[in-house]
Amino acid sequence: MKTPVLATIAIVGGSLAGAGIAFALNSSTADSNPAPAEAAAPRSNEPTSDKDAPAAPSTAPVSPAAATVTTLTAQVSLTDDQTKYFETHIRPALVQYCYDCHSEETGKTRGGLLLDTREGMLRGGDSGNVLAGDTYKDSLFWDAINWMDYEMPPKDKMPQEVIDKFETWLKMGAPDPRGRAKQVVESKIDIEEGKKHWAFQPPVAQPGATIDSLVVAKLREASITPVPQAEPGTLLRRINFDLVGLPPAPSEVAKFVSAWKGNPSAAVAAKVDELLLRPQYGERWGRHWLDVARYGESTGKDVNLTYPHIWRYRDYVFDSFNADKPYDQFVREQIAGDLLPVKTDADWQKNLIATGFLAMGTKSLNQANPRQHRMDIADEQIDAMSQAVLGLTVSCARCHDHKYDPIPTTDYYALAGIFLSTDTYYGTVSSAQNKRSTKLLELPIADPMNAKKRVSQTEITQMQERLRELQTIRRNNRGRDDVDALSGAAIRRGIADIQSKLSQIGENGIPATMAMGVQDVGQPFDSDVLVRGNVEKPAQKVARGFLQVLPGGGPARIKTGQSGRRELANWLTSKDNPLTARVMVNRIWLKLIGDGLVRSPNNWGKTGQKPTNPELLDLLAVQFMNDDWSIKKMVRRIVLSETYQRGSRMNVANYQQDPENKLLWRINPRPMDAEALRDTILAIGGGIDLQRPYGSQVASAGDNRIGRGFNQDRMSTDIRYRSVYLPILRDDLPDALGLFDFADPNASKPKRELTNVPSQALYLMNNPMVLAEAAAMAKSLIKKYPDRESQIRNAFLLAYGRQPDGADMQAANNFFSRYQPVRQVASSQARPQGQLFRRGQGRPQGQIQRGQGQRRPSGQGQQMRRPGQGGRPGMAGGRPGIGQGGRPGGRGGPASAPKIPQMTSQEQTLAVFCQSLMASAEFRLLN
Amino acid sequence: MNKFTNRRDALRYISSGFCSIAFASMATEQARAAANPLAVKQPHFAARAKHIIFLSMGGAPSHVDTFDYKPKLIADTGKPGKYGPKLMGSPWKFDQHGQGGLRISSLFPNVARHADDMCLLRGMHCDQPNHSQAAMQTHTGSFQFVRPSMGAWTLYGLGTENTDLPGFCVLGDSKTAINFGSAFLPAVYQGTKVGGGSGGGGRRRFGGGNTEVFPNIKNPLLNANAQRTQLDLVQQLNRNKLARDKSQPQVEGVIQSFELAYRMQTTMPKLLDVSKESEATKKLYGIGDSATEEFGNQCLMARRMVESGVRFIECSNGGWDHHKNLRESMTESCGKIDKPIAGLLTDLKQRDLLKDTLVIWAGEFGRTPHAQGGDGRDHNNKGYTTWMAGGGVKGGFSYGATDDHGYEAVENRLHIHDWHATILHLLGLDHEKLTYRHAGRDFRLTEIYGQVAKEILA
Repeated sequence: MKTPVLATIAIVGGSLAGAGIAFALNSSTADSNPAPAEAAAPRSNEPTSDKDAPAAPSTAPVSPAAATVTTLTAQVSLTDDQTKYFETHIRPALVQYCYDCHSEETGKTRGGLLLDTREGMLRGGDSGNVLAGDTYKDSLFWDAINWMDYEMPPKDKMPQEVIDKFETWLKMGAPDPRGRAKQVVESKIDIEEGKKHWAFQPPVAQPGATIDSLVVAKLREASITPVPQAEPGTLLRRINFDLVGLPPAPSEVAKFVSAWKGNPSAAVAAKVDELLLRPQYGERWGRHWLDVARYGESTGKDVNLTYPHIWRYRDYVFDSFNADKPYDQFVREQIAGDLLPVKTDADWQKNLIATGFLAMGTKSLNQANPRQHRMDIADEQIDAMSQAVLGLTVSCARCHDHKYDPIPTTDYYALAGIFLSTDTYYGTVSSAQNKRSTKLLELPIADPMNAKKRVSQTEITQMQERLRELQTIRRNNRGRDDVDALSGAAIRRGIADIQSKLSQIGENGIPATMAMGVQDVGQPFDSDVLVRGNVEKPAQKVARGFLQVLPGGGPARIKTGQSGRRELANWLTSKDNPLTARVMVNRIWLKLIGDGLVRSPNNWGKTGQKPTNPELLDLLAVQFMNDDWSIKKMVRRIVLSETYQRGSRMNVANYQQDPENKLLWRINPRPMDAEALRDTILAIGGGIDLQRPYGSQVASAGDNRIGRGFNQDRMSTDIRYRSVYLPILRDDLPDALGLFDFADPNASKPKRELTNVPSQALYLMNNPMVLAEAAAMAKSLIKKYPDRESQIRNAFLLAYGRQPDGADMQAANNFFSRYQPVRQVASSQARPQGQLFRRGQGRPQGQIQRGQGQRRPSGQGQQMRRPGQGGRPGMAGGRPGIGQGGRPGGRGGPASAPKIPQMTSQEQTLAVFCQSLMASAEFRLLN
Repeated sequence: MNKFTNRRDALRYISSGFCSIAFASMATEQARAAANPLAVKQPHFAARAKHIIFLSMGGAPSHVDTFDYKPKLIADTGKPGKYGPKLMGSPWKFDQHGQGGLRISSLFPNVARHADDMCLLRGMHCDQPNHSQAAMQTHTGSFQFVRPSMGAWTLYGLGTENTDLPGFCVLGDSKTAINFGSAFLPAVYQGTKVGGGSGGGGRRRFGGGNTEVFPNIKNPLLNANAQRTQLDLVQQLNRNKLARDKSQPQVEGVIQSFELAYRMQTTMPKLLDVSKESEATKKLYGIGDSATEEFGNQCLMARRMVESGVRFIECSNGGWDHHKNLRESMTESCGKIDKPIAGLLTDLKQRDLLKDTLVIWAGEFGRTPHAQGGDGRDHNNKGYTTWMAGGGVKGGFSYGATDDHGYEAVENRLHIHDWHATILHLLGLDHEKLTYRHAGRDFRLTEIYGQVAKEILA
């Protein structure tokens, strides 16, 4: 039982360069290989090359416009003799020797090449046009069937007489009768009719109207009396969580309540202004944007490799919100940051990182067909962009006219041309499974932290030696039958891994500073419309442009040589665009009020929901644009309204009339989200670290595949920084987030689910983190307050932001009289102990106050502490992501998990009590 | 509160209002589900099956070497096939089995003894020859979009009999969370991973023999008494809040879910503890033999779950992507599951559970009748075989056929949508009526397709 080695490598090689012919080209240069994760210099966009790693096919994509390359044949009408010759000699040979890997029928397009249609033959594959050349002898097709640089078919060369027939045919000019009338996809959508949809009309603000006047008008129409304003304590808690995602400290509660009694509106305004200036505001609101932007630190889908550089985008978003960057600019940077004029390298840096928005979507890395892959990436980008910015599901028009909205499939391909004219740089290491790795962008300003990851010359030499060794093995294996696919794959992976690492190291041994992002292709082009979205069935070309149904739509005037993203970004953020401002104010409203004025925040088309208060929506949209797209001003405006400050108390009469609270007669009570829940448990427990950690745990582990060897279990959960910095692996979220309705990062998610499932209860009852924090809380209370009653009172104050009432005290006393402490055994933790722990201690000292380097002193006071232990990613493993060329995934150690400290009986009883508060409904549910 | 004029009004008040769901525009199921998402619901018509055990074969097993007998293919071995490459007949013998005389290959000697309970579906086809897309379509009906999996739809339609346990459990080395997700259906319907090995993504912390059987299922500090005292306090605080806020369905929900969680701490470890199963039973499933142990454990667990009232169980087994080394690898792969599956069928039958339980065996597609590299087979989505047993299907029966060589389904073709429609039908659910309103339209498992294969109903 032989395994033909070429066939074997074709599978493995296919993973690298697209298999088949394309691979054979690489093999001709012996050790060529795509250089994954190699830096693409952002400005020039020229693929860098060196001796061992010439520009790879996968990073120099063949555009579908390659048909414009000179070809030997272009004739359509053939003579009878030509047709007869083709049918007698050529077609049967193609069927027998080529179709198995290169035909629509078998579904195989190895190397991106289809040979069962004339179009496919002319278009060529990954390596370009197979029939192009000065004479037929220069063509790749001739080369391949003669087993020169290429070897096709891979297993056995065709018999010489068949090759001779092909030669005759090529000499004739490769006449091919298999033509297919080029299809034209026509749209049946009436654009003018479509323009009448309410959401496509420009927003108009009623003069003199306010949020409250418009809300009250609706309530009056329905004869509903809204519930009274919220109590100051409740209100403060609401504002605190909504703006910064953290509870107010007890001292702040007292201060606010007394200020509120003097002058309610002044007290609220002062509090809002104070909170808007805290850096935690940007983390809280930036995270809302990350939900919409489908932020994730891995590719997701079948292969699921990590994105170790995308955290820079995360930090960019938080910084943008804290700086109150105008929303229109924020959008422009994310769509076309690389094309915007800049004055400084720092701005250039930020803008490049911003384009990570387009690069961080999910990817099918094992997609064999490069055209399909490019199209899928463009589609994902169109989907994310259109849902996030426009609130439209444009991607529905990929295969046919949009079923409901006036978006013809030609509009889709007008946008697709823009994104197909864009190269996406997302890195990942090439492997048997990853056929689609790319370079990354090298940033203009080096990250000083990278200097700590310097690789010594010795290590570099070792890597180079190992690389040569592997390349020699691979060369020697070629043509041998006794090498199995597995070891072939291992060698390839080893080579790719080392090349990836070497390519990231600069001359001084310091790793280059990388980011994910996009760049225009060298020669931008218009896209074909694809019949039913099939990449192998191109129809007519359509000029790049924007949605016709919106103002300024249709073909765009694009600067020569550019993709059109810059024009797209300007069109999206034009004040004439009726959607962009509305969609964003609706998102802000949703996060503050509990639901949107439009309750389908990512679908403003025909099947989307109508606004519950259209006048209010328009007022906010117009004000937003007039305020220079300031998100902070919009947040402030809404929070200062009476509508926001209403109580949440049930009113049966109102409820029967308006059960969904569309008219806003109260504020819906809602559970705090996953991040706020974990942050609050930390804050009232052992203390939360409010410093931003450097990077991410995913970054510090380098390139990895999510699976057996690398997953959340390898991530430390003994982390005291804010939850927005936890590792967001697609399809593998941290429990603390995933169990509590965190936004699935696979697609834009405008609204969190509100579930109430037992796995959440189990987490709050049993997770060691919760127990450890409750223990820390108890120990601290006992230290501060001598008697049980004040311990209980202060526990309530910390957990609920209010004093206990009689019923609460009764429940507490009942508990203390009944509870029997258990003997705590030394191994009272669920998971193996990481070596980071010191025996027998809870949170060691660590009484450092938060906020030394922060902008303003912490009002959060005593509860905010920094950890005494090194939980920071980027430092923890000490592994800089560059090291031996081992298998990805082999490097993650076991996670360090929180440990429950030893407690006295008194401490344990109070800890169990404190945990009950954390697990109770009032803790999580904001009124 | 005696103002309710009809049931829907009652539901509207009782169930939520706070979740801002437009009841008036919702399908009946949706309203029923919102009221009490996991309560047992009446099917649309009499159900043949109450439980499903789905044996998912990742990587796509060859049909022509297992359950699709192709004498012409064997005869034509070596001749060029439809697309050029040489045909390769199955190297394994296909004897007839049982009263029905079904031909099953010698790779499944034990399963073949149950031929008279099995219904072979030999005219299967699906849309994509790629693993991930086809597996997604097999589970959710869609190969492109994130949609609820059939387990989630089942739970949504029928609820579950044991509310002390999750109603949709996923065992084994299942890789893709999307395939078990609830998508736009409420999260309570999503598959819960229990036991099994690791997998990329999803929760995979239940490696073989691991003592931590379920995340957070055991308190690391408190014993049952101490925890009950604690829970009593939690619930008292919750009731206090309920009293203060007057009406607060979300608090009621918290109270219920904590009670269920508390009960699950007992039921889940008990369910997963197989130490009380007899040696004979374990042996029946091939537990104790290293080749069959892993899948045997899954099959045994599936039976225990059916007994406990779990609605939908998926067992998963991978490694079927036999591009090469077919002879050796098929023998090995089949050897891992033959005895466990036969054991499961025997055990279900002797406990009288098979009549209410539909066992389904399926890969995501089949393989080419022609050889790949001499001793392998390539992907083939145009014709393949799945089978069902128990739960209302005809035994000793085969339905549909591929062409002479096994390339394409040509007779009584059964697309994945038809397959889904048939499965729902066996559960007493009309696939056209089981809908959920989302993003402005009613979604169903079968999209706008699907025909029930009535011929296979017992």
